[in-house]
Amino acid sequence: MGFGIRDSAEWLRDSTERIQDSAGFASNGSGAGKSRIPSPESRPDGFWRTLDELAGNPAFRERLYQEFPSQIEAITDPVERRTFLRLMGASLALAGLTACTRQPEEKIVPYVRQPEEIIPGKPLFFATAMPLGGVAAGLLVESHEGRPTKIEGNPQHPGSLGATDIFAQASVLGLYDPDRSQTLTRVGEIHPWPAFLGAIRAALTAQQSLQGAGLRILTESVNSPTLAAQIRDLLARFPQAKWHQWDPASRENARAGAMLAFGEYVEAQYRLDQADVILALDADFLGCGSGGLRYARDFTARRQPQRADRMNRLYALECMPTSTGARADHRLPLRASEIERVARLIAAGVGVSGLGPQVVFNPPFKWVDAITKDLQAHRGSSLVVAGDGQPAIVHAIAHAMNQTLGNVGRTLVYTDPVEAAPVDQLQSLRDLAADMDAGKVDLLVIVGGNPVYTSPADIALAGAMNNVALRVHLSLYDDETSELCHWQIPEAHFLESWSDARAYDGTVSIIQPLIAPLYGGKSAHELLAAMSDRPEQSGYDIVRQYWNRVRLATGSGSRSSSVESGQTYVVSGLSRTPQQAGERAATQPSPGPALSPEFDATWRRWLHDGVVPNTAFQPRSVAVKSGVLSPSSQPALFGGPSTGAGQGLEIVFRNDPSILDGRFANNGWLQELPKQITKLTWDNAVLVSPATAERLKAGGFPSAQGGEHGNITSSLVELRYGGRTVRGALLVVVGHPDDCATVHLGYGRRRAGHLGTGAGFDANAIRTSDAPWFGGGLDIVNTGDTFSLACTQFHHLMEGRGMVHAVTRDEFVRDPKSVHESRGTGIVGANGETPPRTITLYPEFKYEGYKWGMAIDVNACIGCNACVVGCQAENNIPVVGKDQVLRGREMHWIRVDTYYRGPAANPETYFQPVPCMQCENAPCEVVCPVGATVHSDEGLNDMVYNRCVGTRYCSNNCPYKVRRFNFLLYQDWNTPSLKLGRNPDVTVRSRGVMEKCTYCVQRINAAKIESEKQDRSVRDGEIQTACQQACPANAIVFGNLNDPGSRVAQLQAEVRNYSLLGELNTRPRTTYLAAIRNANRELDA
Amino acid sequence: MSQIFHRSANTISRVSIFGAVFVVAGLLVVFDEVNRSPWVTQADIARGQPIQFSHERHVAGNGLDCRYCHTSVEDSSFAGIPPTKTCMSCHSQIFANSPFLEPVRESFRTGRSIQWTRVHDLPDFVYFNHSIHVNKGVGCTTCHGQVDRMPLMWQEKSLQMEWCIDCHRSPELYVRPREAVFSVEYTPPGDQLQLGRRLVAEYQIQRLTSCSTCHR
Repeated sequence: MGFGIRDSAEWLRDSTERIQDSAGFASNGSGAGKSRIPSPESRPDGFWRTLDELAGNPAFRERLYQEFPSQIEAITDPVERRTFLRLMGASLALAGLTACTRQPEEKIVPYVRQPEEIIPGKPLFFATAMPLGGVAAGLLVESHEGRPTKIEGNPQHPGSLGATDIFAQASVLGLYDPDRSQTLTRVGEIHPWPAFLGAIRAALTAQQSLQGAGLRILTESVNSPTLAAQIRDLLARFPQAKWHQWDPASRENARAGAMLAFGEYVEAQYRLDQADVILALDADFLGCGSGGLRYARDFTARRQPQRADRMNRLYALECMPTSTGARADHRLPLRASEIERVARLIAAGVGVSGLGPQVVFNPPFKWVDAITKDLQAHRGSSLVVAGDGQPAIVHAIAHAMNQTLGNVGRTLVYTDPVEAAPVDQLQSLRDLAADMDAGKVDLLVIVGGNPVYTSPADIALAGAMNNVALRVHLSLYDDETSELCHWQIPEAHFLESWSDARAYDGTVSIIQPLIAPLYGGKSAHELLAAMSDRPEQSGYDIVRQYWNRVRLATGSGSRSSSVESGQTYVVSGLSRTPQQAGERAATQPSPGPALSPEFDATWRRWLHDGVVPNTAFQPRSVAVKSGVLSPSSQPALFGGPSTGAGQGLEIVFRNDPSILDGRFANNGWLQELPKQITKLTWDNAVLVSPATAERLKAGGFPSAQGGEHGNITSSLVELRYGGRTVRGALLVVVGHPDDCATVHLGYGRRRAGHLGTGAGFDANAIRTSDAPWFGGGLDIVNTGDTFSLACTQFHHLMEGRGMVHAVTRDEFVRDPKSVHESRGTGIVGANGETPPRTITLYPEFKYEGYKWGMAIDVNACIGCNACVVGCQAENNIPVVGKDQVLRGREMHWIRVDTYYRGPAANPETYFQPVPCMQCENAPCEVVCPVGATVHSDEGLNDMVYNRCVGTRYCSNNCPYKVRRFNFLLYQDWNTPSLKLGRNPDVTVRSRGVMEKCTYCVQRINAAKIESEKQDRSVRDGEIQTACQQACPANAIVFGNLNDPGSRVAQLQAEVRNYSLLGELNTRPRTTYLAAIRNANRELDA
Repeated sequence: MSQIFHRSANTISRVSIFGAVFVVAGLLVVFDEVNRSPWVTQADIARGQPIQFSHERHVAGNGLDCRYCHTSVEDSSFAGIPPTKTCMSCHSQIFANSPFLEPVRESFRTGRSIQWTRVHDLPDFVYFNHSIHVNKGVGCTTCHGQVDRMPLMWQEKSLQMEWCIDCHRSPELYVRPREAVFSVEYTPPGDQLQLGRRLVAEYQIQRLTSCSTCHR
């Protein structure tokens, strides 16, 4: 045979033993974990994907080699088989008949008056921005004849640099979501906007005499300068009114940490390109939060092995594994409560004073020593980042460490907060609930958000609602909060409204609409205007006039301190000196000065560029106050004796990586997206470590029961915490710390829409405001019931072959070829190639023109999934639903495989995005009976949908498992709003058709046509595939392999370059670059 | 045991087996012919339109250039159907009261588009781009026929894949100089092959026959 697995039995046995010895866990029940049988699943290089693979579970292996495990009965039963054949014959005949139709007549509907600049058939791109959790990322939105179809990052925007995250990519589906609130209702009855205007103005008139004492406004984190000015304006008219903010996606602890450390709200901006050593304290700075896209770009820019001396090193101490932890050179799983203790030790080590009494480890804890030494050695070029789930004190310690290490001004700067009015939001919400309970509130206006669902269980917002005489809710969906409000106003999506927003560094973008509101929605600006004395002002006028005033006040769009005023505003009971100085002058209630033509030109420039120049915040100098770092409470015992099964566990709450706090619960792209690390779709779960799961004896070992295609039959457990209970399915996550369970928020929605309602369980039901992110005393009780989880980590297993290549930096520097150790078939060609080109009988095809290829840098990939959603949006990929994912039928053309190496308790993690490899010797092509998949003369493996008859031979023969079949009519052909969002340049596939990655051939063709019209060839970088364009880490590069100067050709010439399953002689056109881990020798020993 | 079949059954069966070959072949030929016939392709059938718009009048009669109405043909995949305003730019003066043009005026008054029947309708899985064909020297009339002689529009060619691929395989048989692309009077010279070969080289026309050229 010679291909695939090297069959040296002894060698395998040795390595299997090594893996299992280091695995640090033994499987239960089946008892296979301790087996010394060499298993093909355990690769000699130690990579694995699932615990079964690692343990070499024989049941798992048996399942792996069964072709149709779940349909096996249907195949062996003779009667069934005959019925099947009969049905097949009939359906073949019917299918044949249906093909004999003539094309239906189509209409052409031209414009009556064609708008300027629109050329039918050619998309336009408009700059805008998406605000999320109090921070905005700049976007360029593709528009086809007025319909936004695809979101890209704005290369000129500092928070994007052309990249996007999954939320931005999926927002276009959110816009067209048919479940959005479509009508303005009062207690369920449809009313016109003027009726609402009348009601609210009557209520406000009643408040006039009380100076607004009964008026409360509840917003999400306000990031829009205009909206903040409008609210302040309102508060000036109603001095007794209060403005509350509650945004579960914003950075509560970062704000509190800054307040604790500096006594004021400041924003820490990291300059990761300057940092040599980074310590992340439960911080997922690459994956989410403010500036994540920019940070990912800056971080990966410093991971280039060509410049090994400049490679940064990342230490991650974290609880729930994240993409940042996966990219870390050293990751230590710690319970969330233990982070503070270790942070204190490291802080003491680097010389932070005022920490109070310390615990000394004996023997010394090697992690603390190593990290301390490394940080010490890189004073001024190190960086400590605290995570959003860590309490304020950890943030303060991180601030103190950065200050002591001299990093401030180098690897991070402090600036004014990006939010317009930062405030302790939990306290703000608590105050509001108390006021409502006390009957002090007559008029509650909730601007966006879903506080009834997202508020912690002990803040009884829902119960207090009845005490408020008039409740108004502006939101995209008729959700849990709308249910309890009198008026539900459909909110305009950000792609439908005018607004403005600040990026992580303060840069302002004007948000311009791509389409008029589909359902007559109103923006927050228009709602606030309705409450002002100019109720019919449009969002456009509000935003434009605000910026005209700012410009007149400051001479430009930038801020200056000359107009500083000493006014203070009451923001939810907290006094705050206004800091938005230049914009302060704009807060006048007057209609504002006339708009000059000069402003018009400036305004157009801002809209065109997507950024308002010179609005980034200037660095400020702040110093950590003394005496704030002493231990606030008894820190949890580190490494102490763990308690018995099911008792005294720690619970950790996190926003869901895909749907956040539940705001994207009805977005099918995000629901079906395999979540980072867990690869779970359509559900949340109680996430525990393998050891903890085993101790809980929770109906066996959930992860080890991944059935066919990862239909995980999991134990349904009851979480008992603080006197409240909730039921959820258990899922094992490797690398999770023991005696601790992570639950993701955002699920268990009651009124989310067709897709979101009822999925998962509501973790908010047991979350309390005194411990919003983690707490001790959790009880996990096995209910004995089971639950099916759809987890794609088990899909498309490559049976232990062809994993990632990864070495440490030291090994790489010593011998760059070491990345490819233990590979190949043993057949070596004349020029050292394995396998040699002469191995095939066919002559080699000569590519005259272009020869497209792709290089994916495993070393850069952070597993953020932006490519997956970007591909889905670009290529009209349908959503199939949980039931179909359970059968392994998800349709994503690119998937991000997660590979582990080392012990299950704390493995190294690698992400490997796998699109179609566009093989030179494509195994799919030779088996297609109808020529529906053939090679193009530019090297693409073309998929011709109209020829495909659905034999699925190609998919069966594909070693990479990248072909996707439309088993059912997955695409929604009926909902009108969804039709608007599709890419008109890509066929919408029907049932019975195979599909797969095409390298975005529509983009290739568009670029080729443009270049040929100009009599030139396509320039390098002119074609970006959708995955490449979305990638914040620049991990994907596409280009012409025939051009030796192209980036992709240069990358493929690198020594790190390897082909996935290259030993099969498929000659994949997509190749990978090996991962290099910059390990610290002290910790690696 | 006596014979069940008469001896002649042998001959009959031979003849019928032999004959079946011709019958099947005949059926295939019929199927093939039907498939290429205007009954399937809708070629050469003048299509009804909401307005009796005559290309003959506008092109041959008035001498309008194709691009006066089909404005995006050089830039976009879609040649462009003129907005009502384009019609009205002349017809607010000429035949301003003609009852034939009432739908145009109504469209302009009400802001509701005129709904034309699509004559050249490729299947939805085919992505055709006008601009690159026009830029590479494929004349309008090469595909659309003598539009200047069509009072009502019809489809001149079959628009079937074999027709497309015919030119994609041997473009030299069809291309013309760029300056003659929009000319309706252009007739191919006697030495088309020679001219075609020269233009193919000059315009760098490729023989694009990969599936993804049109299907994606």
